[in-house]
Amino acid sequence: MAANKRISFPFVGLYKGMWVTLRTLFKKPPTVMYPDVKEIPVPRARGVISLDTEACTVCMLCSRECPDWCIYIEGHKEEVPPSKPGGRVRTRAKLDRFDIDYALCMYCGICVEVCPFDALFWSPEYEYSEHSIADMLHNKDRLSDWLQTVPDPPGLESS
Amino acid sequence: MFWLEVVLKVLVVLLGMLTLALVVIYAELKIGAHMQNRIGPYYAGGRYGWAQPLADALKFIQKEDLVPRGADKTVFKAAPYIVVMATLAAFVVIPAGPDLVGVDLDLGVFYLLAISSLTTLGVLMAGWASANKYSLIGGLRAAAQLIAYELPLVLAVVAVVVQAGTMSLNGIVEAQAETWFTIGSVEVSAPFILKGQIIGFIIFGIAAVAELSRIPFDMPIAESELTMGYLTEYSSLRFTMFFLAEYASIVLLSAIAATLYLGGYWAPWVPEDALNAFGPLILLAKVAILTFVVIWIRWTWPRLREDQLQSLAWRWLIPLALFNILVIATFKVVG
Repeated sequence: MAANKRISFPFVGLYKGMWVTLRTLFKKPPTVMYPDVKEIPVPRARGVISLDTEACTVCMLCSRECPDWCIYIEGHKEEVPPSKPGGRVRTRAKLDRFDIDYALCMYCGICVEVCPFDALFWSPEYEYSEHSIADMLHNKDRLSDWLQTVPDPPGLESS
Repeated sequence: MFWLEVVLKVLVVLLGMLTLALVVIYAELKIGAHMQNRIGPYYAGGRYGWAQPLADALKFIQKEDLVPRGADKTVFKAAPYIVVMATLAAFVVIPAGPDLVGVDLDLGVFYLLAISSLTTLGVLMAGWASANKYSLIGGLRAAAQLIAYELPLVLAVVAVVVQAGTMSLNGIVEAQAETWFTIGSVEVSAPFILKGQIIGFIIFGIAAVAELSRIPFDMPIAESELTMGYLTEYSSLRFTMFFLAEYASIVLLSAIAATLYLGGYWAPWVPEDALNAFGPLILLAKVAILTFVVIWIRWTWPRLREDQLQSLAWRWLIPLALFNILVIATFKVVG
């Protein structure tokens, strides 16, 4: 008999379906009763994006790559006095504003990927829903606070 | 005394139907959820979400009672009552024990089939009066479907009537309780499903699910194409009435199937005089099993297309039901 021959028993698919639903009926659903029991997400879960303000150089790459245009960055140049007398006065970018609008964000992670200075990190934290949509705009301070929830990066692969 | 009895019977049927409908709604929510690996209602009522159907009913009642501007108001408002009344009235003749029956009509089966067809009228009225194309198509589909499946239903029941030799539902149950054959001194009696009515039972089951317009025969309210069919324009209490009637008819048709094929309130080796006490429980157990199968089918099978649905009734079920009558009648005459 050919392997792909159709089984000729009438309505076999219907009975198979009945068997599947009956088996599932007696299985324990994997539901986690959320507000009472909290699910622990995996370390690499894409919960919220956190910002390391010290590392950010206001290069705007994340803002430009963001498909939803949900990152707002403002900054200015500051003059740093020369470290040695007679040295050149250097300019340095200072971050004034770094907002991510989580009402628009689609959690693609392109900003984290694209950041050349490792200023953005994924955190598995997920409890930041708000009553007002305006509060979904997280400012610099709030994004830096998320940094504490970022898990340590996995160790380097040996060998 | 007479009026007291009537009032009591009405109350029992009314409350019994409502309670059973709510229980079936709860069972559907819970079984359906677990069949899809969900938990279903959980918080309402403290434990297991047992109060969910009550909460749903309360919510529906709070909604605004809308009547569309172009609707035929009288017909629109009357339709849910007709559906509920037809379902309620059918409960009257279902025997739950030798004496526990609303009215033991000689033409019980005939009355049942006639009154359950009234539901179609209500559905058609709802569809026609809603002034909505979805409702109209839903109502017409319901009418076409119910006409198509009323025939195999009736023909399947005819075979039972032929075998039992009576149209009284009590008589049909007694015919199943009669001794079929004896092994030594043990008297064996069996319900009709074991006495050669298995094909009839399957036909009746398919046609009954179609009469209920449930999946896989829910073309009249097919959400993906007709929104909610004839129910589209209904809200509030009127919607609740349709909803309750739908679930009460599941119980009703399960009870009819149990009475006609599974022996109704009778069970083997239960003494004759205990039937009045245990009859309702036996009947309920049989109804529960059949209702579970109806729910089970609903959460498993996909919907039939309209032409498949019609061809199943006209090309397969009706010829099969006629053949079934022929066989049963032949055995009745010969045996």
